[in-house]
Parts: sequence; C-alpha cells; structure tokens
Amino acid sequence: MTHVLDPHALTAETPPRREPPTPYADVTRSESAFRAFLHGLPGVDQVGASSRVAMLGTRSIKTTSKAWAIDTAISMVDLTTLEGSDTPGKVRALAAKARRPDPTDPGCPPVAAVCVYGDLAGVAKEALAGTGINVAAVATAFPSGRASRAVKLADVRDAVAQGADEIDMVIDRGAFLAGRYLDVFDEIVAVKEACARPDGAAPAHLKVILETGELVTLDAVRRASWLAMLAGGDFIKTSTGKISPAATLPVCLVMLEAVRDFRAATGRHVGVKPAGGIRTTKDAIKHLVLVNETAGADWLTPDRFRIGASSLLNDLLLQRQKLRTGHYSGPDHVSVD
Amino acid sequence: MAVFEYAPAPESRSIVDIAPSYGLFVDGEFVDGSGEPMKTVNPATEEVLSEVAVGTEADVDRAVKAARRAFTRVWGPMRPADRGKYLFRIARLLQERAREFAVLESLDNGKPIRESRDVDVPLAAAHFFYHAGWADKLAHAGLGPDPRPLGVAGQVIPWNFPLLMLAWKIAPALATGNTVVLKPAETTPLTALLFAEVCRQADLPPGVVNIVTGAGETGRAVVEHADVDKVAFTGSTEVGRSIARAVAGTRKKLTLELGGKAANIVFDDAPIDQAVEGIVQGIFFNQGHVCCAGSRLLVQENVHDEVIAALQRRIGTLRVGDPLDKNTDIGAINSAEQLARIRELSDVGEAEGATRWQPACELPDRGFWFPPTVFTDVSPAHRIARDEVFGPVLSVLTFRTPDEAVAKANNTTYGLSAGIWSEKGSRILAIADRLRAGVVWANTFNQFDPTSPFGGYKQSGYGREGGRHGLAAYLMGADSE
Repeated sequence: MTHVLDPHALTAETPPRREPPTPYADVTRSESAFRAFLHGLPGVDQVGASSRVAMLGTRSIKTTSKAWAIDTAISMVDLTTLEGSDTPGKVRALAAKARRPDPTDPGCPPVAAVCVYGDLAGVAKEALAGTGINVAAVATAFPSGRASRAVKLADVRDAVAQGADEIDMVIDRGAFLAGRYLDVFDEIVAVKEACARPDGAAPAHLKVILETGELVTLDAVRRASWLAMLAGGDFIKTSTGKISPAATLPVCLVMLEAVRDFRAATGRHVGVKPAGGIRTTKDAIKHLVLVNETAGADWLTPDRFRIGASSLLNDLLLQRQKLRTGHYSGPDHVSVD
Repeated sequence: MAVFEYAPAPESRSIVDIAPSYGLFVDGEFVDGSGEPMKTVNPATEEVLSEVAVGTEADVDRAVKAARRAFTRVWGPMRPADRGKYLFRIARLLQERAREFAVLESLDNGKPIRESRDVDVPLAAAHFFYHAGWADKLAHAGLGPDPRPLGVAGQVIPWNFPLLMLAWKIAPALATGNTVVLKPAETTPLTALLFAEVCRQADLPPGVVNIVTGAGETGRAVVEHADVDKVAFTGSTEVGRSIARAVAGTRKKLTLELGGKAANIVFDDAPIDQAVEGIVQGIFFNQGHVCCAGSRLLVQENVHDEVIAALQRRIGTLRVGDPLDKNTDIGAINSAEQLARIRELSDVGEAEGATRWQPACELPDRGFWFPPTVFTDVSPAHRIARDEVFGPVLSVLTFRTPDEAVAKANNTTYGLSAGIWSEKGSRILAIADRLRAGVVWANTFNQFDPTSPFGGYKQSGYGREGGRHGLAAYLMGADSE
C-alpha cells in the first residue's frame, strides 16, 4: 500500500495477507472483523493488575532461589546499546562483556543476545562468532517507526543480511491508535517475510516492540499483544527504551497473560521481552516471579523470556558476587561498558 | 521439582517473646484468673504456645467495676483532645511493634505472615489513627451537638482477625469516651494480651481497657453483666442470636456483626484475569475465615467454563504451608473444631451432588490444614450454597441475566457483603443498588478502610463499625443503624 501520510512515499510489495493460526484464522478477514475481535478481548482492570503485581512484588526470593534467579536473569539479558554515538569499538566491548559478563568467574553464564542498531549488526556478529550468543538488531525505523514501509523493510533486510539472528521491530503506533489494525498486522507480516534469508537458512526471529508507553492503557497493550502474536511475532516486547515509561510490571503482566492464553488457544509459544527501566536485580527478580506465577515455568528460559537492558547486567553481577563471597564489592569490580 | 523453587523465607519468630503463662488484664494490671487456665496452640504445628488465664463471672465483675471506675473518674471527664492523644500514642506503638504483632498473630492464628504484616496490623493501627482524630471532633460528626458516651462497653471478638477486630472494637469505644471490657477469642488471645502491654506502654489510665480471656462462659459473663451499657459482638450468627436474646429487655445498646454468604457476581464483560484474582482474594484470603468472604461465585453462564479454567489454573499457583514463610499464600485452619466443620460441609456438598475440585498440593503432616477447594455444579438448594463454611471453600453457581444474578445473590439469610465484576459502570451501579448487602465491592473484593462503615443486613447482624456511622454505636441518643 502507499503510505497513509505521504502518498509519494516509496511503495513496498505487500505480501498476501497471512492467515493467523487456528482457531483465529478468520479474524483478519476484514477490518471490522479484526476490530471486533481485538475489542472483544476481556478488558484489563488497571487497579486490579497493579495490585496483583504489588502482591507478587512481596515474594521473598532468598539464598538458593536467589542464586538461581540471578543466573537465569543474566542468561536472559539482551545486552543493549542503542545510541547515536555507538561505534564498532563500543559494540566489540559489549560483545566481550556478553561472552564473559564476570571476568573473575568463569561460572557466570553468558547473556542471551547483544542488541544493536542494524548497521552494527555485522560487527556484533563477527565479535560473537561461535559463542551461541545471538545478535539482535533493531529495525523498521526504530524507535519511532515513522518511515515508509519500503524503507522499514529495507532496514530489516539490511540487518538480516548483516547476520542479525533476531530483529526487533517497532509497530506503527499511529496506525494502531487510529484503529487501522490491519495495517499494523500487514506490516508485521511483511517484516516477518523480510526476516527470511535468501540462502534458505533459518529466518531471523522477530520481536515485535509494542512501545507500551505510547499505547498507555492496559486494554491497548492486550490488543496490541494479540495483534502481534496473530501476525506471527516470535516475541512481544514492551518498549524501545526511548519512551518513558518503558517496561512496567503491570504491562508485563498483561503481556504474559496474553502469551499464556495464546498458547492455550493455538499451541504456539510466543516470548515476552520487557525492555527499558529494569536496572536492579530486585526488579529483574520481580519479573521472573511474575513470569513464574503468570505464564508459568515454561517461560523461564531465554527462548521465551528476555530482558532488554544495559546497566542491569552490572547490578546482577554485583549481587552474584555478593552471594558468592558474602560481601558487597563495589562498582569497580564490574566492567564499565 | 519446580523450575523456580522459592527457598524458605521464614520471618524470624525470635522477635516476639511469648510468656509461658498470661493473666487477665484488669485495672491496668495482669492478674490471675479464677478459672482453670487454657492452652493456646499454634494451629500450624499444634505446638502449645502459652497458657492463658480464664476469667470467671467474679473476674468479669472485677473488670467491669474497674472499667466503670475509670469511666466515671478519669476517661469520661477527660478532655476529648487528651483522649485523642492516648489513641494516637497507641496507634504509633502498634506501628512501632508491627513485626512483633504480625509474627504473634501468625503464630496464634495460623494466618500467613504476608497477611498479618500487610493487612491485619497496618489496618489495626489505621483504625486507632482514624478514631484518634475523631476524639475531639464528635460534636461535628452529625450525631447531635454534644454526643455523650454510653459508659462501659462489653466486647466479644472472634478468632479470624484477633488484633484487627480488637481495634475495630476498642478504637471507636475509646474515642467516644467509653471504657472497655474485651474478651478475645478462646483460640487466639495472645495479640490482645500484647495489646494490653501496649496500653501500659502508652500510659493509658488503668481500667480504661480491660482484657478478660476465656471461652464462651467468660463471654457470656461479659455480655450479661448488669453494669455493662453497651455490647458489641463479632462472631457466629448462632452466638449472636443468643446474645440478642440475653440483651433483649435491658437498657444495653447492641451491635452484632455476624456471618455471611457473600455473592461474588462475575458478568461476561468483566476483566476476567482481575476477576479471577478477586475471586481468589474473596474466598482464600485468610483461609476463608472471613465473615464477608465471597463464598458464592455467581458467574454468567456464557463465561463459566473460561472463568473456572482460569480460576483453577490460578489456584494451582497458591502456596499453602508455613504461615511464617513470607511466600505463603494460605496458612493453617485456626482450630481442629473449625477444620472438622469445613470437612463436614465439604462432604455434604459432595453428597448433595456438587463436584469438588482441589489442586494437587502437599499439606504439612501436623497442624490443621485444608486445601483450597472449588465446588462446581452447585444448586442454590445445596447446603454449601446456603450455610457459611468459614473456610477455603468456594461454591460456584451460574446465572443468565442480571435479574437472575440479583435474585440469586439476595437469596440468602445473610447480607454482609457482595462483589460485582463488570467493565460497565452503569451496570455496576444498577446492580449494587439492588443487592441487599452492607458492603458491595466493584471490581475488587475484601478491601477494608477505617473510614468505611461495615455491617450487615438480615442475619449478618446490625449496627455499623467504622466511619462516622460506627461512632453512633458508642454514643448516647445517636441512632446506630
């Protein structure tokens, strides 16, 4: 289609509309059917959701379970740098940190992925070759997503060609808030196609960023989550990290409920990635408790739950050292990135 | 083994000193009781915690005399603002000693520390703070230009929220200028005795608060004492009825807060995930030992299966076990007697044709335990749909239209509370108007606040506690309804 705001924008080939998985195959048959489906999802009571996460926030995770939670959280981190000032050197430093987060302790697990802008995906790929650590690239005119579809798809193809294992796309929040749900759906489908590799190797995994700070209500978060899952997203992700508030516990709760219900209905697992604003071990553990008691233990793996973060990793490492040695070290005992 | 096992996180019990034996608190002193002392046990382990004095008629008489003396000589004539200062002091002491109270409450009652720490103790302090503020403003409460206290209040409280019910009773009585003789429940006397220590710490004049421990006979002596001006009771409808009989024909004022069989109504446009939380909070909070528990789930037929599936999945995550573990959601049943009643009514439920569902959960070997239980296929004629179980047992009924929901919700001899779950504001207001229940919660359940009056319709009792309305029950001439 042509760009809604700019009829002269570059046009992109729109792939045929992909049918969502059963039993939802027909919900995208028309704009009104899709709207009726998304608006027919049960509402979310903000007060109730907040009190649920507040209660789970009182879970006391100590000793062995804390040690497990810290290691698990480290293995779920998408170590991120998304700055205009990023350089190949910075990305290589981050890659080194990703492989061995704590140089003093070989027992410390590596992180799940390194997340960078598309133009640096190649650098990251090279730096991480043979480690099993994925390269995630943000694409589709991240963070605003305000570009023509052709540009967004080119952005994705470029990152995939550079070797990105995962693509973190943003949805068109303007279209979503204006109620043009099928536009948002078609775009995710198109991006998913663009994640395919020309040589037939496994396609890049697609994370769909909802930018919940711009969707604002939890009802909208639930609708956007379902939209992204129906369109084939492998992960749903809260935020770009460029908008405040980024990841919050109530938003994460609603997204976890969505993936849980989606699996119950379709048998498909979709992952969840809160990103931005998770800075402390305590926050990370709260998220793991939330996963455990909402979606369940099946999601307690880096394949299904990720935490997009940069400064979090050092706090996890400090707490890990504290558990191991019995005393706090200090900020100079972990590397500055 | 679960992937993410929570290691035990027990609250330290060493924060509280439990004496091997306790006397009665009369006229500012701990004194021996004349009855045969009773033992109070930890329901989670059946371990004996302490031996507690039992007050006889003579002991109660001494306590009432002390209360009368304190009323006429000290507390009644005292400047209201000064009475307020004592209440503020008590409130602050409750906050300062909150951990002690929370641990002791969980030990003696069996409720999870998370609840005693986050609900019971903070709310008890809040009740004292709230009523402390009223002490010198009673003339502005809309209850007459110069409302006068009644005199001596005889108060009998239950075992489900020992400290909180004490606060609900003592705070308004003291704020309005009355003095008190209070009998805690037989199975949970310890926090009331710790509270007596707080009264001493606050320099509360002797005789203003008297605490007489014991069982039913002691309670009867308090209620029937001729020099008691006001009787306040929270507990079973059966005992409430006998108190009403005993008080009838006397000048005593009476408030009763009795049983309930609350309907929690879930419409098809409800926020389902939060409604499920509310159902869980409504019936499993405090092991279901809550008079306003949402023990009847009325769910719209077209979402029944979805709601029940979600509810069962959620119940599967409840953590039953050691009340002192900070991660425990459901603690122990308070007594062997209560456990027997829950078992009996559950068996009747099954025998009458309802379907029992319980999650797979390991219960400790010692102590009194009952797993969270859901009965589906319940008919309004079944006993589990009519009798108060006072335990973690939910009866699920269905409805098709709003009218049917209201009719079924009101079809009970009780009327303490109700819940409505719907995203449609106009429907909530319309239904709330038609429910005959003292408290109606919308899209939430079991929320309490000292500013909000609490009390029942029909056999759930009469009079209100909390808020401006609650003051009336302790003031002369003020209408307590």
